[in-house]
Amino acid sequence: MLETLVDAFPTLALLAYEPPGWGANLLRGLVNSIQIALGAYAVGLIIGTAGAFGKLNGGPVTRDLLAIYTTVVRAVPELVLILILYFAVTDLVNQGMVAMGYARVQISGVAAGIAVLGVVQGAYSTEVIRGAILAVPAGQLEAARAMGMPPLKTAWRITLPLMLSNAIPGLANLWLIATKDTALLAIVGFAELTLQTRQAASSTKAFLTFFLAAGVLYLLITLVSGVIFGRIEKWARRGQRGSGAGS
Amino acid sequence: MGAARAARQRGRVMTDASLTDSAPPKFWLTHRIIMAVVAALIVALCAFTLRWDWLPKYLPLIGEGIWRTLWLLAVTTFFGFFLAIPLGLAQAAGPWYLAAPARAFCTIIRGTPLLLQLWLLYYGLGSLFPQFPAIRQSELWPYLRQAWPYAVFALTISFAGYEGEVMRGAFKGVPGGQLEAARAMGMPRLTILRRIWLPLAIQRALPTLGGETVLQLKATPLVATITVVDIYAVASRVRQDTFIVYEPLLLLAVVYMVITGLIVLAFRWFENRVPSRVA
Repeated sequence: MLETLVDAFPTLALLAYEPPGWGANLLRGLVNSIQIALGAYAVGLIIGTAGAFGKLNGGPVTRDLLAIYTTVVRAVPELVLILILYFAVTDLVNQGMVAMGYARVQISGVAAGIAVLGVVQGAYSTEVIRGAILAVPAGQLEAARAMGMPPLKTAWRITLPLMLSNAIPGLANLWLIATKDTALLAIVGFAELTLQTRQAASSTKAFLTFFLAAGVLYLLITLVSGVIFGRIEKWARRGQRGSGAGS
Repeated sequence: MGAARAARQRGRVMTDASLTDSAPPKFWLTHRIIMAVVAALIVALCAFTLRWDWLPKYLPLIGEGIWRTLWLLAVTTFFGFFLAIPLGLAQAAGPWYLAAPARAFCTIIRGTPLLLQLWLLYYGLGSLFPQFPAIRQSELWPYLRQAWPYAVFALTISFAGYEGEVMRGAFKGVPGGQLEAARAMGMPRLTILRRIWLPLAIQRALPTLGGETVLQLKATPLVATITVVDIYAVASRVRQDTFIVYEPLLLLAVVYMVITGLIVLAFRWFENRVPSRVA
């Protein structure tokens, strides 16, 4: 059946894994994309958690600075931010290296991509996590405080587990945004899935085949992540009433 | 002295917190004034130490770029929203043969990067069309050879995909009693949709519509990759012509922030005008 399909659409043979085909390149791009998305998501979660606690419990200056950070990042297109941060970060690191007497370094695309997308993700996850923390019943926190729990322990043992179930839908959305934002790194010349696809497409002239194949790969990431996040949400909602775990 | 300032600030915060019930909190607190001064200094530093001499030469081009960005935004949100209404309705209340394609469409649009969709349409379809003589001889051909129809189409279906999902929730969220009352009055189904269901659904979708429009604005610079000259493309050209790295990007960021601010203000004004007594 596969052979009849290849006979009908000869360009499908270009997707083969071995060198005449470009399958290996696409898969390498896919791995790069997932790697960056995972890294940026992790960085974003760290920034987001810190930012959310800072916005809720920080002093007035911290709060205002965080408000500026989230507002600016959410108002400027990711593409522009990626360009600014990409040049600024590599420039700053190199100037620092030169000032300290070292030679200039070439920053790896993966590290720069993770840093840049992580800063963008951080702004969004700050808002998601802040909203989730606000939805934690106040009585739980008051009870913890009444028991004499120190603030850090309260955050770790009470706030984080309770806010997780509220945050999961928003965080799932952010993960999908992270995977799709990796495509923007194609513009700064990083060899992730979209750029690999474009290179394969322009050297073989089979544009439709390759872009459709890449679309299928992205869609697979989305669908698989949907299933995984569904599981995680079910796990995070365990023990809650009406969660559907028992019924 | 530091302790004194800290004490004063603490006092500020306490009075501020105690005032929240009666009066709106004051904006110009001490630390905000200091921050504003620092911000003004940074802006002045940028204005005097960075290179802005290219600005007068490129001003007409920048104006055209901003205009094209706004035009793209307005056209694609308008048509995208009109596509989103049937998409949402089909998913919320349609029979399976309408609901399934609508859901598949929304999943595919939301599951793949816009950049990929754009390139698929422009390079993929764009390379396919010339192979058919019928298309090449048709009236549409002069347009299909340009880039902007692909940009408009890609941004429109993208907005429709995201907003269709919002409209699905909005249609489902309309209180059933309203529709039952309309049905009990003997209203025909189309009239119910036009007079009751759709207005209530749009009212529910309105708060998210502003956010979606901002997201759409942030998606527009991608069209520069298929040779549409919007403000982003103008900035890229300045960078290529003059080898200046940061200044055009900073200008770009400011332009987008101003447009975002205007969109947010416009939607706030619009939301205040729409009467809402849905408890």
